[in-house]
Amino acid sequence: MPASLVQNESILAIDVGAAVTRAVMFDVVEGQYRFVASGQAPSTAEAPFKDIGIGVREAIINLQNIMGTTLLGPQDNNLIAPSQPDGTGVDAVVATLSAGPTVKTVVVGLLSDVSVQSARRLAESTYSRVVETLDLSDHRRPDQQMDSIVRSRPDLVVLAGGTDGGASRSIQKMLEAVGLACYLMPMEKRPMILYAGNQKLANDVQEMLGGHAGKLQISYNVRPSLDTEDLAPASFELASLVIKLRQRQIKGIEELNLWAAGNVLPTAYARGRMIRFLSKLYESTRGLLSVNVGAAATSVAAGFAGELTLGVYPQFGLGENLAGILQHTEIEDILRWLQLDIAPNTLREYLFQKSLYPSAIPATVDEQAIMHAIARQALYLSVRTAQRDFPASAHAAGTDLMPPLDLILGGGGALSDGTSLGQSLLLLLDGIQPVGIMPVLLDQNNLLPLLGAASSRNHYLPVQVIESGAFIGLGTVVSVIAAATYGDQVLRAKLAYSDGTEARAEVKFGGLEILPLPTGESARLSLQPLRRADAGLGPGKSGTVTVTGGALGVIIDARGRPLRLPGDPVRRRELIKKWHYTVGG
Amino acid sequence: MLAPMLHVLPLTTIVRERVLPVAGKVNARVNQRVNPTDVIAEANFAREHVLLDVARTFGVSAIAADKMIKVNTGDRLTEGALVAEKSGMFARTIKAPRAGRVMVAGGGQVLMEVGDTRIELRAGLPGMVTQVIAERGVVIRTAGALVQGVWGNGRIDNGLLVRLLQKPDDILSADQLDVSLRGSVILGGHVRDVETLKAAAELPVRGLVISSLLSSLIIPAYQMRYPILVLDGFGAMPMNSAAFKLLTTNDKREATVNAEHFDRYSGNRPEVIIPLPISTEPDEPSSYQAFSVGQTVRMRRPPNAGMIGAISNLRPGLSMLPSGLRARAADVKLENGETVMVPLVNLEVVG
Repeated sequence: MPASLVQNESILAIDVGAAVTRAVMFDVVEGQYRFVASGQAPSTAEAPFKDIGIGVREAIINLQNIMGTTLLGPQDNNLIAPSQPDGTGVDAVVATLSAGPTVKTVVVGLLSDVSVQSARRLAESTYSRVVETLDLSDHRRPDQQMDSIVRSRPDLVVLAGGTDGGASRSIQKMLEAVGLACYLMPMEKRPMILYAGNQKLANDVQEMLGGHAGKLQISYNVRPSLDTEDLAPASFELASLVIKLRQRQIKGIEELNLWAAGNVLPTAYARGRMIRFLSKLYESTRGLLSVNVGAAATSVAAGFAGELTLGVYPQFGLGENLAGILQHTEIEDILRWLQLDIAPNTLREYLFQKSLYPSAIPATVDEQAIMHAIARQALYLSVRTAQRDFPASAHAAGTDLMPPLDLILGGGGALSDGTSLGQSLLLLLDGIQPVGIMPVLLDQNNLLPLLGAASSRNHYLPVQVIESGAFIGLGTVVSVIAAATYGDQVLRAKLAYSDGTEARAEVKFGGLEILPLPTGESARLSLQPLRRADAGLGPGKSGTVTVTGGALGVIIDARGRPLRLPGDPVRRRELIKKWHYTVGG
Repeated sequence: MLAPMLHVLPLTTIVRERVLPVAGKVNARVNQRVNPTDVIAEANFAREHVLLDVARTFGVSAIAADKMIKVNTGDRLTEGALVAEKSGMFARTIKAPRAGRVMVAGGGQVLMEVGDTRIELRAGLPGMVTQVIAERGVVIRTAGALVQGVWGNGRIDNGLLVRLLQKPDDILSADQLDVSLRGSVILGGHVRDVETLKAAAELPVRGLVISSLLSSLIIPAYQMRYPILVLDGFGAMPMNSAAFKLLTTNDKREATVNAEHFDRYSGNRPEVIIPLPISTEPDEPSSYQAFSVGQTVRMRRPPNAGMIGAISNLRPGLSMLPSGLRARAADVKLENGETVMVPLVNLEVVG
């Protein structure tokens, strides 16, 4: 197809989430790709519908109503593609998917701190839960290992181990256990297998496992040498395998894949692809961080100099796994974020009850506050979990601090529910606790993964859509690290606007200050830390930086890093109320 | 917008698949009438396997080891039976460490399944077998009352339904459970202590159908050997009025409690079935409908969680909720006469 046609095609992007399905239109407006409109509907992967196609069509119908165009054929309800001279239809479809049960995964490797870690990181780049791990330090007999695999009823096995041309005998033993376990499972329940180990064994793997796996995919080695890890090729194969698994589990994906010319991607993978791309494109010297707090999972994608860390955590999702968060955190750690006085048991019952109805939404102010408190803790845990796998170049000033970032981009149901931009910002600050100076954006229409999916079809589209302002700029955040007590003054800040006027703030430890700076404007921010506080320029260092505006302006977060909330619940709730008030209630 | 259904039906046709977790033998045939306790299928299930590495033990190649293996796939072996033998000056043997069956022999290895467990699948409900699923189970069709719940401990049984609650918000306690209730299915309210679960186990009862359960009792509930079915949820929730009315009017009738796990992908959910005699077969319930005015609905979330009402108006477009969220919503007239706005995703149609 000629490049000019490819570059001018309209693209319908569909995201099938655990709770919500979105249909988004990207088209060329005045020579540039733009986000045109979005329609949404409840997802229908679960019973009683059991067919994602119902929700997809409903989302497209809602999009049609908003745009006033016709995308589905009036007779057969099928997608009209390519677009017709009368303006109906669409030229191309891209799609992402996060709906579906958590992928039960067995991780197999040789060394527990080398290949097993790589295989674990690979598994965590999709919607999986590791249910069993096998490695050389496992002293169980092969038949015990095999029984353990069978009992865990995995959907997926990720096999790694051995540098290219390195160890092979030990891996073969592992392959035997996996192969026999697969052989013992009913044909229709056999797991998908991804092999990303010693490439010399690829033929042996094919021979030993090919006939017993639900589907076998052989990828490049995630550990070509002991000191090199390369997850990218295997992540791509894993993404493709997960979609094949979903096709086996859920009706309607095959049709969507047909519409998308075989390019349906797991949502988190597409988001990660976009963050890697942006990290390279904008030559980010520090890091780009994208977080998504959704029903299926909370996911973290961080790009450091083009290197991607992608973590997908279904255990911290706000949907059916919600009550499972209590296996990873104390109830008090969720309660600490609440401005409401709620008994721990009430919150516990709330978590269990809400997990019965993952797609239900908070109808009252109190319930919304509870959901935001849970989302804060889910985000906090996810970011800390992902941080273990950040590259060494992502250097943090302290063990419990984040490395400095160039940009934060938030998305997902909990952040983009549209209640208040200030609440979304505060949730991001509490959950991530960033350090330094960085702009914060909100992906209110959850476009990032769809742009990632579209990028393989059209390289111009993502850049043009992002530069057209598809994300909401919340503002520039300045985080202050200080050894001080509440109420001590730690920073003097002066914002010099382009029209010559100024705004000043005397910032006290424990406080949040906002200096107004509208979206699209920039200004010079002078920072003068006191008590050797670090406002992003180094301990005690003063300086002036150019900052960009946003819906809230310049936000100076002097609540401390890590954020330590008062132990006294009354005082804590008062403070939280005050912070909420500061960002707009 | 399409609405999920919560089945609370006084009389309907119920079609249920009953299958073994592993392949086995199906005893029932099409058009056979079955009782809840009838064994309709059975299987032997090996929980463990033993891998005998003949080649490695004898220090020979896999091809050479295969010639020394004396058993074939499918052979049943007693403990100590000869599995492989190496002749010559240093003759050696490998014997079966436990009784079991040879699953596969080859490649210098023998894989045995051991620790056979017999599984018997009971019909669980009375009715007619309408389909046999080869090596797995059957489809049973019956007519009766059907009440679905939200959580179950994975067990199934049947017995006489005995009402132990007077009001939807009653609490079920251990002191209400006396020996006269042995073998019954208890209809109770909220359960808030483990003593009640234990007292029911000691009788024993054939099932507990309750309005709600404290989440801290989930683990003990799994340990009980009788089915526990929760109708409305976790925490102190009263029984929804639709289920309360239907179940209390079926006091002293035979009931099947299938407290299976709520699987949101397959649609299987815990339920009570009360078989009833019929002259003409009623319709099967639909699994979803479009929302419409007049439908009876149950609120899934606060502030009126568990309450039943009727849709009086479907609001056009998106409505602003008190939480600040915007969503498609309906006005619902509750049984107390109050009308409330509820987002459609927080509703399920009762019927």
